[in-house]
Amino acid sequence: MKSAGEAANLIEVRGLTKVFGTLTACNHVDLGIRQGEIHALLGENGAGKSTLVKMLFGSLEPTSGEIFWKGQPVKITSPSVARSLGIGMVFQHFSLFEALTAAENIALSVDDGTSLDKIAAKARDLSKTYGLPLDPDSLVGDLSVGERQRIEITRCLLQEPDLIILDEPTSVLTPQEADKLFETLERLRAEGKSILYISHRLEEVKRLCDRATVMRHGKVVGACDPSKETAASLARMMVGADVATAERTPIELKDAPELLGICGLSRKPAGPFSMPLKNIWLSLKAGEVLGIAGVAGNGQGEFFEAISGEVLQESADSVRIRGKSVGRMGISARRSLGAAFVPEERLGHGAAPRMRLSENLLLSRHATDRKAFIAPGGFVKNGMIQHATQRIIEVMDVRKSAPDPEAASLSGGNLQKFIIGRELDRQPAVMVVNQPTWGVDAGAAARIRQALIALARAGSAVLVISQDLDELFEISDSIAVMHNGELSKPLPRAEATYERIGLLMGGAEPGHTDPHRPEAA
Amino acid sequence: MRIELVKRPERSKLFSALSPFIAFALTIIAGAILFAALGKNPLTALYTYFIDPITQVWQLHELAIKAAPLILIAVGLAVCYRANVWNIGAEGQFVMGAVAGSVLPVMFPETVGWWVLPAMLLMGAAGGAAYASIPAFLKTRFNTNEILTSLMLVYVAQLFLDWLVRGWWKDPAAYNFPQSVQFNPSAVLPELAPMSGRANWGFIFAIIAAVLVWLMLSKMLKGFEIRVLGSSPRAGRFAGFQQSHVVFFAFLISGALAGLAGISEVSGAIGQLQPSISPGYGFTAIIVAFLGRLNPLGIVAAGLVLALTYLGGEAAQTALGVSDKVARVFQGMLLFFVLASDTLIHYRIRIAGLGAKSSEAA
Repeated sequence: MKSAGEAANLIEVRGLTKVFGTLTACNHVDLGIRQGEIHALLGENGAGKSTLVKMLFGSLEPTSGEIFWKGQPVKITSPSVARSLGIGMVFQHFSLFEALTAAENIALSVDDGTSLDKIAAKARDLSKTYGLPLDPDSLVGDLSVGERQRIEITRCLLQEPDLIILDEPTSVLTPQEADKLFETLERLRAEGKSILYISHRLEEVKRLCDRATVMRHGKVVGACDPSKETAASLARMMVGADVATAERTPIELKDAPELLGICGLSRKPAGPFSMPLKNIWLSLKAGEVLGIAGVAGNGQGEFFEAISGEVLQESADSVRIRGKSVGRMGISARRSLGAAFVPEERLGHGAAPRMRLSENLLLSRHATDRKAFIAPGGFVKNGMIQHATQRIIEVMDVRKSAPDPEAASLSGGNLQKFIIGRELDRQPAVMVVNQPTWGVDAGAAARIRQALIALARAGSAVLVISQDLDELFEISDSIAVMHNGELSKPLPRAEATYERIGLLMGGAEPGHTDPHRPEAA
Repeated sequence: MRIELVKRPERSKLFSALSPFIAFALTIIAGAILFAALGKNPLTALYTYFIDPITQVWQLHELAIKAAPLILIAVGLAVCYRANVWNIGAEGQFVMGAVAGSVLPVMFPETVGWWVLPAMLLMGAAGGAAYASIPAFLKTRFNTNEILTSLMLVYVAQLFLDWLVRGWWKDPAAYNFPQSVQFNPSAVLPELAPMSGRANWGFIFAIIAAVLVWLMLSKMLKGFEIRVLGSSPRAGRFAGFQQSHVVFFAFLISGALAGLAGISEVSGAIGQLQPSISPGYGFTAIIVAFLGRLNPLGIVAAGLVLALTYLGGEAAQTALGVSDKVARVFQGMLLFFVLASDTLIHYRIRIAGLGAKSSEAA
């Protein structure tokens, strides 16, 4: 028996759960979307939004729980089942063939043999009706990201869905393109269609959405009417202000020397989905842990590559390590000056997956420890490397199945402990870590954080880029926020609150976009 | 019932070692079926093909002559393939090495002395390396696909040699045959044991090259650089290694070894330049490299096996009356089966019952 309130729901999920190995990505999620509403799904990265949506669209099978479509229980076993029910989805990353025209791309997703001309005509009609300017005969390769998204939306609308799921649709759009998209979505709502709108951008959710469901750590933690909330209250729900903030003894940095300086660092975008860096200034002193918060894809990866020297800068002065301008130097030279780097991606970037731990030790240390590890003539001193590898394994408590296993055979947490340990073992003066504990179990994460604090207190400068705010509040002496390729002024730990940082992460604070200058430029 | 491939957590050592043998066994079985289909007794045919050609000492010399260029070239190719650089043009580098090394004995046939041969070998290696630097340059400068450029340059090299021996370098005393002058004795690579057979120093060069490259790949920082960039380029960049350096290094070293093989073949086994100086050594060496697991020491063994397929092809032609193209068939099957067997190194086979759930994407 259904109550009247439930009957109004177009789709409803009850107790939906998805377990990957030991990780519960979605934990008893309840959600109802009414006819003709734009429903926001809010949450940080890793909160379980994508997993939930994939289950609704049939690309993942739920571990347990029920889905009701128009009041009837359904099993959505594949995307084609979802489409035949009337569920359409526009993905964050498009699946379009660049060498084909817009109409040809749309035709590829239409199951029956409708002629290309008919599809082009229909697409033209739809694009006119919904304000999605689109030329079906244009080559996808020539189109902007916004235009490509319109193809995806048109393709989705051709199936005449009742529910449209949009995954982070504005994350790749310019503000003008986003405005146009909102007009389209409002028109669809007026026609009685329902939209599930996934985002972490609080302002647009407030402006556009009728209701919001907030997820954190795989659970629904709240539901609200976004127009009645402030961006601050939404941020608090998303981030979880109830997490205890530990007290720290402040450290005196006034007379400490600068170890890492970033001076007006800018970088053009390397590809259609990469973020340009805009005039970043930063200074890290000895003894300091500085955290950089931000939602994924706001330029953190690009920033890391620029500091590490995997990508060189145009001006030598834009990166300074221990007072030396290193913008034109490669990663080995920067390491030799005492810097150490830990990238976000463990397998394939920080470590070669199919190589042994000892070989992965050599990976980042062949230049800095040349005397210890390389004999004259270029021969590798295996004994010394084995010795150092065992030392790191012991210090960091790396659990493994063989004496010197391949990197790929370790669990994420143990490999991360090894990679961090590999750098700490050198006692670096500057340590730059991107996502130190992403996908790492709690015990290993605590050990890694402890080690980073200890390194700073021993007189090094530690820069931590992370999307985990709890982590940054636990270890940082000050926190800056990266948004849209720009870096906010660092807030001292005492002034930083989840609310302020959360707002900066959503780009909601107007002053945030103004480039700031250092006091003594 | 469904057969599934399940990824192993670590590369299987057992199947790493076993895979070439599985491939060889499958090749023998497929070969037996092939001979049976041709109406020959499979056992006699296989004996004629694989055993009979190596029953006498002089035949072992012939085996070494065929194996030497295969091993030399394949050792260089192993460096390329480990670096994820796909040099398919060793045949062209072989030819250009032979041409460059022949400058002295063809254009200055009067020159004699102990230094002539070493100079020829050096020029041969340099010629092969120079020719290999073309695809390396195109790849690093314009991001051109090296598979296509190196392959196409093979045909350029072959036609260039053809033009030389029919024109400029033709021996005027050769009754208009397309061939150069015979090399004078100080330009000929000496035989190892003239009493028992024709094998020359080329085989020794091959063994030395295999040992040196093995040392480099497994014991030296340079080899580490090649392996890292070949297996995970992003981690290689993180290590501070440069892709373009390694592309050049791999092409130059494999070009030099192919060039050395080319001049050794011309100076040792043939004694002059002709329109065709190779029965496809540069391509067969690709099979040798993979059959030898891209390990220079394994390549020595694989080179001997593939050399045997050449001898077996000749024997099959005379004794069984089948086309000598049967050698190509065996070589092709061997490559096919070795690549297929390599799957077992990273995957194990699981037989799943009907209705079993496939593993989910994370």
